[in-house]
Amino acid sequence: MATMNMIQAINSALDLMLARDPDVCVFGEDTGYFGGVFRATEGLQQKHGRNRVFDTPLAEGGIVGIAVGMAVNGLRPVPEIQFADYIYPGFDQITNELAKFRYRSGGEWTAPVTLRTPCGGGIRGGLYHSQSPEAYFTHTPGLSVVVPSTPHDAKGLLISSIETDDPVLFFEPKRLYRGPFDGNPQHGQTWENKPGGDVPVGYYQTPLGKAVVLRSGDAATVVTWGTMVHVAREAIEQCGIDAELIDLRTLVPLDLETIRDSVNKTGRCVVVHEAPRTSGFGAEIIASIQEECFWKLEMPILRVTGWDTPFPHTQELQYMPNQQRIARALKKVTEI
Amino acid sequence: MTDKQRFRVENPGGGEARNAECSHGGQLRLHVPEAPHRPGDEPRFAKFSQQPGDLPCPRPLAAYQELHDHATGLVRVLDDEGTALGPWNPQLTADTVRQGLETMVRIRAYDTRMLSAQRQGRLSFCLESRGEEAVAVAAGMALLSDDLLFPSYRQQGLLLVRGLSPAEMACQCIGNSGDHCQGRQMPVHYSSKPANFVSISSPVGTQFPQAVGAAMAAAYRGERNIVASWLGEGTAAQGDFHYALNFASVYRPPVVLNVVNNQWAISTHCNMATGGKTFAARAEAYGVPGIRVDGNDFLAVHAVTSWAAERARQGGGPTLVELLTYRAGAHSSSDDPRRYRPNDEARLWPGGDPIERLIHHLTKIGEWSDQQQQDLVQRCEQEMLAAYKEAESHGTLADGSQAPPETIFDDVYHQLPPHLEQQRQELCEESLAEEGKSSWPQ
Ligand SMILES: Cc1ncc(C[n+]2csc(CCOP(=O)(O)OP(=O)(O)O)c2C)c(N)n1
Repeated sequence: MATMNMIQAINSALDLMLARDPDVCVFGEDTGYFGGVFRATEGLQQKHGRNRVFDTPLAEGGIVGIAVGMAVNGLRPVPEIQFADYIYPGFDQITNELAKFRYRSGGEWTAPVTLRTPCGGGIRGGLYHSQSPEAYFTHTPGLSVVVPSTPHDAKGLLISSIETDDPVLFFEPKRLYRGPFDGNPQHGQTWENKPGGDVPVGYYQTPLGKAVVLRSGDAATVVTWGTMVHVAREAIEQCGIDAELIDLRTLVPLDLETIRDSVNKTGRCVVVHEAPRTSGFGAEIIASIQEECFWKLEMPILRVTGWDTPFPHTQELQYMPNQQRIARALKKVTEI
Repeated sequence: MTDKQRFRVENPGGGEARNAECSHGGQLRLHVPEAPHRPGDEPRFAKFSQQPGDLPCPRPLAAYQELHDHATGLVRVLDDEGTALGPWNPQLTADTVRQGLETMVRIRAYDTRMLSAQRQGRLSFCLESRGEEAVAVAAGMALLSDDLLFPSYRQQGLLLVRGLSPAEMACQCIGNSGDHCQGRQMPVHYSSKPANFVSISSPVGTQFPQAVGAAMAAAYRGERNIVASWLGEGTAAQGDFHYALNFASVYRPPVVLNVVNNQWAISTHCNMATGGKTFAARAEAYGVPGIRVDGNDFLAVHAVTSWAAERARQGGGPTLVELLTYRAGAHSSSDDPRRYRPNDEARLWPGGDPIERLIHHLTKIGEWSDQQQQDLVQRCEQEMLAAYKEAESHGTLADGSQAPPETIFDDVYHQLPPHLEQQRQELCEESLAEEGKSSWPQ
């Protein structure tokens, strides 16, 4: 075991997979010599060679397109999109090609690509360095969508993603790269002595499609993922409501069983996500809960989400869901 | 060391010479280009082989094939001794050239001021145009004020040419109450309708097809103004570059499309953006004239932009211009170029520094003196200091005097729809407004 931040954990997963599987290759904008603008691929080119870890031209549509082609021809590419906000030039290749190769060829052709990309706010990145676009991709059958919230899960989930035979969109909440984030930027934190900051140095898998209950409680269920896991955890501690906290980790395939068991127990639920509310993945979760748990529900399910606006720069802290909003929602669902 | 071993900026991708390398004992091998110089290497650049006067200046409505040599060569006006020569010499008055010099010195002083504010924690981010001031300033001066500009984030010089005050620009960077965009965008993402300067977004290259569309609109409405756009050579890899060129070649709207080849896209060298010879040469395949110009030669940039603008105004359609320059500063305040390129590359760049070169020229023709230069630099530094102070009087990052949080909901649509009205009320009622305010570490 070693203390790792999320970048080091991701780097470690890539390093291991490059060593284990000669078909794994890593590429993207600035990912080669430089090691990536967030340093996730630092040292990998020197260690594994320029043919396996390299830079690409600045064109996300091209990056995804060649990744699909490489995968169709037997490789296991792990491309990086520098920011999730810049994934859209690759949208056609992801949604029409990557996601549909297996289906349209009756399983004859597959494209096991793991597309890594930093997402989410909290770094004063404004409109275009803050987005959480996961819902666009959960809406596309054929793709798995993963969002880790700790270094431990990031490494284990990335290894599982690379090994699975399906394409995976792997969203890395960049605000968590260097430490957890409780919603207050004054609280500079590192992963040292934090849950999930201890990471096995060697190979391990964290299963896809499995949520984790981070805190058990009887009063209500909080379902969330990514950066909001940490904000919600702190909100629960601060407001004194004995809520159960579920970190989904994988949005597709969704671990509905864990959610169902919890909501059947508590009868109350708040879903928290950073992305805008309308057509956010929270809506999907809530629809599923009411299908599965309707007779056990005591109160309407609430959502705490980013507002339905672009992500603003100076007002990012008023934009992102914070502890107070989550606590208020918890109070509301436990009122009567 | 012979000239052959020096890196020839004329041929970044290596062209045909590299092809043999791909085959290795009968087996194929993936070719992954490496930058010519990395930290620890001693940068060696070959001098520009082209001289002013090498290339003719065709008439504005010349067939695109007549510019074949311009697309692969290099249009220059200032020679290595600072003399203006050849058919591309725009014959500007000394006053105009001095104005160009002054604007370049002002934008450099502005960038320097903003960078130091960022280092002091007074800005969240900053990005300078050092070393490539001529690209924006000379082009801006060669265009008319009604011409619509679709720049990238590195042409802030255009704003000074268009008369924006540095204080107003600094307000955008701080995101305070003096920022008419309400602090929504990151620093340096300027927008100015009065200056015909279209709002900048971070996703690179999107402005290129937009510029073509705007030029189509100008032609559609029978106007006289034209459109110009800029992107970096790294960005010339995006599909948007090619969409723009192709649509421009089909509809022939009045647009000047500029590729600013400053050698580096963050850590990747321009040989990662193309395996071909030059960026301007791509134009030919689209049936559009392409011109490669020394981007650190103020007079040459002015001349080439004027030529392309005149062609567009006369109905001759688009031109692709490649401006050969060097990004002397870091990519942005988040970047440390010492990690991926030798420190002294900028100093050894064969195109030199655009400001130094224009000073050299003006001094040589007896229109400028050391004293005048000293005074100018001092004046500009004072101007930017005062401008920054004035900007901070509209609020600093620390005092949180930003736009009221409920303005988050403005301008998403032309009118607030019901669901946003509801969300705005939620934000206000719960007085979440105060909570996040100024809680950023300074
Ligand atoms: C679509 C998109 N992908 C990635 C980025 C991140 N990024 C910002 S600037 C940049 C490099 C741009 O290089 P270049 O086009 O050469 O322009 P320069 O910065 O050198 O002026 C990158 C990769 C982005 N802003 N937009």
